[in-house]
Amino acid sequence: MTEFALEEMILNMGPHHPSTHGVLRFIVRTDGEMMLRATPDVGFLHRGIEKIAELMPYESFMPYTDRIDYLSSLNCNLGYALTVERLAGIEAPEKAEYLRVIGAELTRIGSHLIAVGALLLDLGAVTPFVHALRERETYNSLMEMLCGARLTHHYVRIGGVAFDAPDGFIEKALSFVNHLEYEFLDEFNKLISFNSILIKRLANVGIITPEKALEFTLVGPNLRGSGIKFDLRKDEPYSIYDRFDFEIPSGSGKFGVQGDAYDRYWVRIEEIKQSCRIVRQAINQMPEHGEIKTKISKPFKIPAGEIYVRTECPRGELGFYLISAGGKTPYRLKIRTGSFSAMTIIEELSEGVMVADLVAIIGSLDVVAPEIDR
Amino acid sequence: METKKLIELLGEKLSSFIVKADKMPNNDLLILIKKESLLSVMDTLKNDLELKFNVLMNHLGVDYTESFAVIYNLYSFKLKKKVTVKAYMEHENPEVDSIESVFKGVNWFERETYDLLGIRFRGHSNLKRLLLPSDWEGHPLRKDYIYPEEYNGLILKREENCK
Repeated sequence: MTEFALEEMILNMGPHHPSTHGVLRFIVRTDGEMMLRATPDVGFLHRGIEKIAELMPYESFMPYTDRIDYLSSLNCNLGYALTVERLAGIEAPEKAEYLRVIGAELTRIGSHLIAVGALLLDLGAVTPFVHALRERETYNSLMEMLCGARLTHHYVRIGGVAFDAPDGFIEKALSFVNHLEYEFLDEFNKLISFNSILIKRLANVGIITPEKALEFTLVGPNLRGSGIKFDLRKDEPYSIYDRFDFEIPSGSGKFGVQGDAYDRYWVRIEEIKQSCRIVRQAINQMPEHGEIKTKISKPFKIPAGEIYVRTECPRGELGFYLISAGGKTPYRLKIRTGSFSAMTIIEELSEGVMVADLVAIIGSLDVVAPEIDR
Repeated sequence: METKKLIELLGEKLSSFIVKADKMPNNDLLILIKKESLLSVMDTLKNDLELKFNVLMNHLGVDYTESFAVIYNLYSFKLKKKVTVKAYMEHENPEVDSIESVFKGVNWFERETYDLLGIRFRGHSNLKRLLLPSDWEGHPLRKDYIYPEEYNGLILKREENCK
């Protein structure tokens, strides 16, 4: 009788793999169906955004922030605008802040819809992805109404926003969030969230303990999935987030252990609900008339200094470290993104799991490749 | 906690290491230290029971043409405060201790800084290029970086009229 020796095989996953969410490569060492280690190889989408920032005026850099994370471009705009404003000592008018929050929360909904949809698609459930995309289509049309763009919005400007909300936008946004919160989410949960196959695929997979999450600098929904209730909108309110009443969902081991892939999935579903609440409150509180942009000096210069501002993006903390030397361009701009730190933990999590679980782990961490490479 | 009180507390704990303490425009605290004391400062900030700056938010390197600097942003859940630690080093052969032994998650951040700025981290477990190809020459975020004209047969130089 022949004996079968254990044999290590090296597989190349990506850079063009349907479930790597962008151009991203894993070097996977497997032994049959068991995975020994998956080493990420990043950099395929490195565009040198930080270098580009040093070469152009502060205002001109705004469209590039759209490209940091194409799924949540408005949140990236907002983070950059707030950084520049705080260092320059400018404040945006009240109405502009409301429009920013409405836009940012709608974008968070749109981004989470893709995040959960794509995770389910990677696991083999095609129908829920189509359902999520149907809702995202409404969001895309809403953003098109607001700023003329469907993906890279370039809506927020230094000192305010580009346009006032057009006629009919408020009503449409309100009916969209009502539909999501009261109809869509229930339907979606019935369709897939409580499906026993999905629970088996996600629960107890890719467990991240709170200590580990902090050690690997995880942020946003991934950190909250591990049970740490930390949300910058609540713990370090920027813009006007201190005026709204909302909750921070966190992982509790709903069907498995705290910090597993299902918890991260469920946190995102719950966050859609909370974002709907914020949008509704913002619409109710928003003043009808008012300025939407503070005038900034031309040419726009910032006094020398440095600042670190972080905001809560759909993929977690988005931080801008801006150093100004007093000129028209930043001296150094560092962009810290959520996917970057989420990526570092995959190598650790991949040890000894099944090959199929790697897809669940990547999907549940909601990694977007351009955000890692910048 | 007031920023002023935090300065006092840090002065008490780290008095021998701090060269300068400063407020940033959003009231965060920036402390300047000597690069030799980086590891011990990080260790105190993270493990001291009164401070507990256990979250590494961000790391970056800066090229100041006559010197380099590394910057670390830390956050404390306990104090609900941020602190920025900054250390300068000479421009020739920049090298600094890796803080991987204190903050494991800094691994990729330091690799990125090495890749784009060429600052070497002593004691780093895997100091290789992260974003750029391994045979790339130079470090693009340096101020004196000259764009290569070609890479492995790919023409990278822009046509004059395309600018």
